[in-house]
Amino acid sequence: MNGSEFNWSEFLHMGGYAVFVWTSYGLTLLMVVVNIVSPIIERKRVIARVKRAIKREALREQNKS
Amino acid sequence: MQRFSSPKHFFEMSAKLIPWFAVSALLLGVYGFYMGLFVAPTDYQQGESYRIIFVHVPAAWMSLFIYVVMAISAAIGLIWQIRLADTIAAASAPIGAWFTFLALVTGSLWGKPMWGTYWVWDARLTSELILLFLYFGYMALQSAIEDQRTADKASGLLAIVGVVNIPIIHYSVEWWNTLHQGATVAKFDKPSMHIDMLIPLLVLAVAAKLFYATMVLVRARNEVLYRDRNRRWVRELIEKL
Amino acid sequence: MLKAFYYLLVRDLRLAFRSRHELANPLIFFVLVVTLFPLAVAPSEDLLRVMAPGVIWVSALLSVLLSLDRLFKQDYEDGSLDQLMLSPNPLVILVLAKVSAHWLLTGLPLVLIAPLLGLFMYVPDEALGVLVLSLLLGTPVLSLVGAIGVSLTVAVNRGGVLLSLIILPLYIPVLIFGANAVDVASDGLSVRGQMLFLGAMLALALSLAPLATAVALRITASR
Repeated sequence: MNGSEFNWSEFLHMGGYAVFVWTSYGLTLLMVVVNIVSPIIERKRVIARVKRAIKREALREQNKS
Repeated sequence: MQRFSSPKHFFEMSAKLIPWFAVSALLLGVYGFYMGLFVAPTDYQQGESYRIIFVHVPAAWMSLFIYVVMAISAAIGLIWQIRLADTIAAASAPIGAWFTFLALVTGSLWGKPMWGTYWVWDARLTSELILLFLYFGYMALQSAIEDQRTADKASGLLAIVGVVNIPIIHYSVEWWNTLHQGATVAKFDKPSMHIDMLIPLLVLAVAAKLFYATMVLVRARNEVLYRDRNRRWVRELIEKL
Repeated sequence: MLKAFYYLLVRDLRLAFRSRHELANPLIFFVLVVTLFPLAVAPSEDLLRVMAPGVIWVSALLSVLLSLDRLFKQDYEDGSLDQLMLSPNPLVILVLAKVSAHWLLTGLPLVLIAPLLGLFMYVPDEALGVLVLSLLLGTPVLSLVGAIGVSLTVAVNRGGVLLSLIILPLYIPVLIFGANAVDVASDGLSVRGQMLFLGAMLALALSLAPLATAVALRITASR
């Protein structure tokens, strides 16, 4: 990069190994994203479940009285 | 110790820790990938294909590291009856399995330009595959036993048995490999590494550890919420949301 | 303590001999699986000789795996396992007795019939001894390590596939050294290293596996 323009097409070409290098990096990114998203979904599920349970119990209390 | 490891206390502590871990993982990750892709020089033997090393090697290190962490926290849970340790072990398994899977796939993607085929029964890839089976066994046992407490203890013991076996498996696979290795198969030899290659590798290894720390806390928080779903502190917390 | 070991061993052997037909099943399975290979590949001597150590060892491994079920399952279901765990004798010794009985009933017959399968698969005569010896050292390890897996899954319904998933990865070192010893012996080379390694694994399994099994039983089988 010493002062000269950075060559993007050459960078993306990866000396002919573009498929292997970019697939590897892409899969890594995918794995990171999946690992971030799945616990967030899980958290929502747990919270929804507990909320339902609270509601159910409140209803039962009401019916009793 | 009991107070420190109480689920409620963990829930509050982890909320403070997670942002720190997440931000430093992100910063180091971005820096490491920038160094690895833009700054590190081209390898004179493997050309640009060697850049897969920056994701493959940290993933492979993590796969083993997480298994050891899992076994240690399972042992703590078994010996001192600390349920939080069991939770950490259970939350680690899926992350470890993901890293193992990633190490396998990137290893075979690296193998294609080097060996000409996607799969070679190379010692490291084979060990990695067996490690993936060990993770699957742990997770299968964990989900097969209905009672949460029993499931934690039983799968924890399996993790400990696994960690005792890993060196034996590793050694025998290595030995098996040297016997059957054809002359045409090149090894993943560690080339004498240029410092500009070594720095991104180590930076990304640390970033991966911080990412694991973040995600294990996030997952353990879910587990804690779910396991204590009938306790008062969880009820109060969720009603506030 | 020795008495407890002896009584439990004899009890298990007696119980097994009461249902003799079941006793032969793992053995028949072993022979049957090996027989499948010449049918599936080709009855060519060169091919079978190369494959023989691996085929025989993998079949032995699967045969032990399938027989593991009877190690604790029946005792768990009829409650005698609870009795054992309540007994004043150390559970480790009792586990060791049960595993010994299991090996005598399934491992040893495999070892004894192996020369016949060696002939089926064209293993050279000079390697038959090594085949028997490697199985003699290896199958007890399979029983010992298998016991850990069975005790972890004893309370799981239909735990068969789960058991294989847990145990097979742990069997890999035995498989590698056992099969390789036979392979090397077929070429007329020394197998001292392989035998020493199998012996070391047996010593390690003998000292650690009963402990792990006892702990596992306390976790899963206590009701």
